[in-house]
Amino acid sequence: MNVFQQLQMYLAMPFVQYALIVGTLIALCSSLLGVTLVLKRFSFIGDGLSHVAFGAMAIAGVLRLTNEMLFVLPVTVLCAVLLLRTGQNAKIKGDAAIAMISVGALAIGYMLLNLFPTSSNVSSDVCTSLFGSTSILTLTQLEVWLCIGLSVAVVVIFLLFYNKIFAVTFDEDFARAAGVKAEAYNLLIAVVVAVIIVLAMNLVGSLLISALIIFPAVSAMRLFRSFKGVTVCSAILSVSCALIGMLVSILGSTPVGSTIVAVDIAAFLVFSLLARLGVNRRKA
Amino acid sequence: MPQLTIENLSLGYEGQVILSDVNFSVSAGDYLCIVGENGSGKSTLMKTILGLQKQIDGSITFGDGLSANEIGYLPQQTAAQKDFPATVWEIVLSGCQARAGLRPFYSRAEKQLAKENMEKMGITQFAGRCYRALSGGQQQRVLLARALCATRKILLLDEPVSGLDPKVTQEMYQLIEELNHKEHVTIIMISHDISAAVRYASHILHVGHEMFFGPTAEYIRSAAARRFLGTEGGEDA
Ligand SMILES: Nc1ncnc2c1ncn2[C@@H]1O[C@H](COP(=O)(O)OP(=O)(O)OP(=O)(O)O)[C@@H](O)[C@H]1O
Ligand SMILES: [Mg+2]
Repeated sequence: MNVFQQLQMYLAMPFVQYALIVGTLIALCSSLLGVTLVLKRFSFIGDGLSHVAFGAMAIAGVLRLTNEMLFVLPVTVLCAVLLLRTGQNAKIKGDAAIAMISVGALAIGYMLLNLFPTSSNVSSDVCTSLFGSTSILTLTQLEVWLCIGLSVAVVVIFLLFYNKIFAVTFDEDFARAAGVKAEAYNLLIAVVVAVIIVLAMNLVGSLLISALIIFPAVSAMRLFRSFKGVTVCSAILSVSCALIGMLVSILGSTPVGSTIVAVDIAAFLVFSLLARLGVNRRKA
Repeated sequence: MPQLTIENLSLGYEGQVILSDVNFSVSAGDYLCIVGENGSGKSTLMKTILGLQKQIDGSITFGDGLSANEIGYLPQQTAAQKDFPATVWEIVLSGCQARAGLRPFYSRAEKQLAKENMEKMGITQFAGRCYRALSGGQQQRVLLARALCATRKILLLDEPVSGLDPKVTQEMYQLIEELNHKEHVTIIMISHDISAAVRYASHILHVGHEMFFGPTAEYIRSAAARRFLGTEGGEDA
């Protein structure tokens, strides 16, 4: 059997089709807020939240919830709101608060998984949550629809608030001075980031989420000089990398998450090289 | 009735007072320069007026048809924007955000306004250029055009000429004066360039140990000015 026949066989399987659709949507969502996260120093929040999501996942496992996402999502959103609040309150420095919450969640999550093992192989469980291994291929019907619904919601919200996100990201002080409700939009951004993280956890696992969010944006910023250009480019890049990564991982039976991230890294290197060669100089 | 009245204002960070008992008012068409030493609290005062920083005590009142969200602001040093991928057009247009309210996209009128303001600032040819690839003077013009999109009434400028060469500085002052004279935009500007402040401003606010607020002519004769300027700016008596 050659590669194409093999691919054809896999693509005929419904769970592979689901995985590709959901994976593509998740990749699209996670790339959209990349620029904002990188430039607003929110990337730390993103990182912290992914650990929170891991802890919540462990708790969901201990409680033997059938649909973990329904538990993990509200917990992560709540933490996003809390982190944003503490970030603004200067008593505990924002970064320290994030580090405390994220490392705390990681430790407690791991402890819970060991205290209340749901299967005989704890370390493989942990590995699944941290690196995603195969979870995208094992989604239940409900989870598939939940992912699709949330992804569509994220994209629609992003499009509707695109100009506001730009204004608040580029210069929050100016926006607030002019009467833009920056706090409300910051909150919106934090909530959307939390949703994206919970979604992305299914695709690449909690440790690799930041890579999925940040790599496409940083790569696009190498070549494009307008916010719109960077946003569109990182969306296309992220979707392509995710598709390539998923197909490679299915054919080569490599772990999905790390394969996608590896493709993202390759794209970053290519874009950096192109930027070195001066491709960006002509582009706006 | 003044557009902006500040009474017994105390300001600072986390309960620590930097300036207290600030009193002044600004009427439509005024050109107020805020002067004072580094670290005396000028930027903090401006942020407090804008509501970016909580005041400790006192009152800030807007009047004469001006509301708190009709202010154009040009911040001092925009460090976060160093790596920001954005074109001049995107940035100027973002000045209309407050006008757009909850509407997701900019209207034709708002785009027109952005175009006009770019024209006024002479940056139309840079529309598609990347902001961070512009020179300091060009960047300041972009930010001024953006501020003009947010207001027609009052501009708060935090050291708009710092880091600019003498010629560009001169042009910048001229632009600001034109806005003040022709378009009757009220100007509140922080500046270290005391000679320019005395030349262009109608009023001076001096912050620091010695406070002064009043018309420029009076300031030149005041004790605060004499100490701040040495002999050069006081009456050459
Ligand atoms: N975010 C902050 N938190 C705490 N203190 C601050 C903060 N920002 C500034 N300060 C302090 O407040 C004082 C006034 O600062 P401010 O920036 O208002 O001075 P300034 O008059 O604008 O100075 P410059 O002429 O250098 O711009 C300084 O002593 C500074 O150290
Ligand atoms: Mg200052």
